Amino acid sequence: MSKKLLSGPYILWMIGFTLIPLGLIFYYGMTDKTGAFTLANVLSIATAEHAKALWLSLGISFLATCLCLLLAYPLAMILRAKGVGASGFIVFIFILPMWMNFLLRTLAWQTLLERSGVINGILSALHLPPQNLINTPGAIILGMVYNFLPFMVLPIYNVLAKIDDNTINAAKDLGANAFQTFWHILLPLSVPGIVSGINMVFVPALTTFVISNLLGGSKILLIGNVIEQEFTKGSNWNLGSGLSLVLMVFILISMALITKYDKNGEGNAF
Amino acid sequence: MNRSLIDLEHITKSFDGTMVLDDLSLTVKENSFVTLLGPSGCGKTTTLRIIGGFESPDTGRVIFDGQDITQLPPNKRPLNTVFQKYALFTHMTIAENIAFGLKVKNKPKSYIDDKIKYALKLVNLDGYEDRSVDSLSGGQQQRIAIARAIVNEPRLLLLDEPLGALDLKLRQDMQYELIRLKNELGITFIYVTHDQEEALTMSDTIVVMNQGYIQQMGSPESIYNEPENAFVADFIGDSNIVPGIMLQDELVEIFGAKFICVDKGFGTNKPVDVVIRPEDIDLVEPGAGTLSGVVTHLIFKGVHYEMEVTTPDGFEWLVHSTDLFPVGRKVDIHVDPFDIQIMNKPASEDEEAIGVNE
Repeated sequence: MSKKLLSGPYILWMIGFTLIPLGLIFYYGMTDKTGAFTLANVLSIATAEHAKALWLSLGISFLATCLCLLLAYPLAMILRAKGVGASGFIVFIFILPMWMNFLLRTLAWQTLLERSGVINGILSALHLPPQNLINTPGAIILGMVYNFLPFMVLPIYNVLAKIDDNTINAAKDLGANAFQTFWHILLPLSVPGIVSGINMVFVPALTTFVISNLLGGSKILLIGNVIEQEFTKGSNWNLGSGLSLVLMVFILISMALITKYDKNGEGNAF
Repeated sequence: MNRSLIDLEHITKSFDGTMVLDDLSLTVKENSFVTLLGPSGCGKTTTLRIIGGFESPDTGRVIFDGQDITQLPPNKRPLNTVFQKYALFTHMTIAENIAFGLKVKNKPKSYIDDKIKYALKLVNLDGYEDRSVDSLSGGQQQRIAIARAIVNEPRLLLLDEPLGALDLKLRQDMQYELIRLKNELGITFIYVTHDQEEALTMSDTIVVMNQGYIQQMGSPESIYNEPENAFVADFIGDSNIVPGIMLQDELVEIFGAKFICVDKGFGTNKPVDVVIRPEDIDLVEPGAGTLSGVVTHLIFKGVHYEMEVTTPDGFEWLVHSTDLFPVGRKVDIHVDPFDIQIMNKPASEDEEAIGVNE
């Protein structure tokens, strides 16, 4: 009985801040302004404007996730090869920016990439033509990779660090070269970390509107921006909720993948 | 049996400035069962890892069947290793684990399937092909690790404390299993352990190591019966190591009493160390032996009684006997001449560092 009491605050928290808001999203998403049931909000994802935003979001998040994976895996391998002390320090360096405000970090990229920003300043000093950097899909992907890279590095590093040296030695001993050892041993054993990292990058990248607002201007609308505008500028909570429900499907798919490939929670970053 | 398969030539290795192996040379004959035996930190595992290719020596050469393989990476060496904690691939089935070495060498599938069957039969685990690693007990995992190594038909198998994680009964069973495997396969085993009983049971040759040096190398009998120094005597089984004076050939004085022995060539009146195994001491009625003492301790050990006999000089002799002498009983100590082993005392500090003192 006393044990149940202890969990009380958490249950209240979950009801108040997770279940009720989720219920409200469902309610708004499935009704129109008069409160009558409708699927129009959800189905409006099929309109040209919304579908374009969704595809663009999926594409950009996919690219950002791939880039994060390509950058994070070698880094995690290097960290694994280093001693505990050295790798601890490098991990610390990587986590350090996460202590700074997310908005500030993204704003910093804005000043770097701007038409009259730092990078174009350097280019003109070198007598090179200015480049159109800000307000491009590239700028958004850069912002995503920069902000979400640690979430890819940490779970992969955690999984790799747990692999016994002798497991790798055994593969070499049995005749496997460096590539075969990586392909048949390291990579399959690190799948839980990879899946966890992909989720931790893909889901926030798919739903973000801050990065696309700051680095994409108003020119590039991601699905996150569309939803945000329905809530703020358009004041159409029903439509915004309906589109959120569609996004939730993608998030549920990635969560299903996590439970399939990471049964023991090995890939948890924290 | 007489061809040398592995020659280690003047190997030195240090980690962070600490010398682990100092000018170690060792020859392993083809088709022998050689055990590297010593306390932790003696360099035995490092020696094995240098043969396996997982460490490279600072100086010296590793010769395999006449070929210098010092610079060869582990995947190119014609030998296989069984690791201490099995190091099985947990994401693969048992069959996939065993097949791994053959698959990376692109052997045909039918050949691999035959080999898996053969290897599982050899380690008494037929029918385990599709089981997962996690579903096996420690002993079974160890057998799979051995099967995974031997399907590659290595001429040399390295075993790094393979039974260290198993319980006593299973360990003893596996000792016989390993001897059987070795005889059936006809390959050379180099075995690393800190367990002297394991070494005595299985090996043709024991290499006793301490602090990076080989202390003694020989058959289990010679290591046990004729230890060359106090370290070996102390490490292999229980022993009484007492100071003595070699009065002349075949006569040694211990605590003022004269014992007849069989050793010669130590000179006259030379201080020596004397090793007498506890089971080689006969307790006899007062007056019938060489040294007198009193039984001060008695423990029943199952097969025998373990007693301590204190002589007037204060030395406590460890005695194993099937005859019971109660505490407080006055007894005499008698030792047959061939049960007395005489060793030179370490002449200098240097020699002491070679490991006479642990």
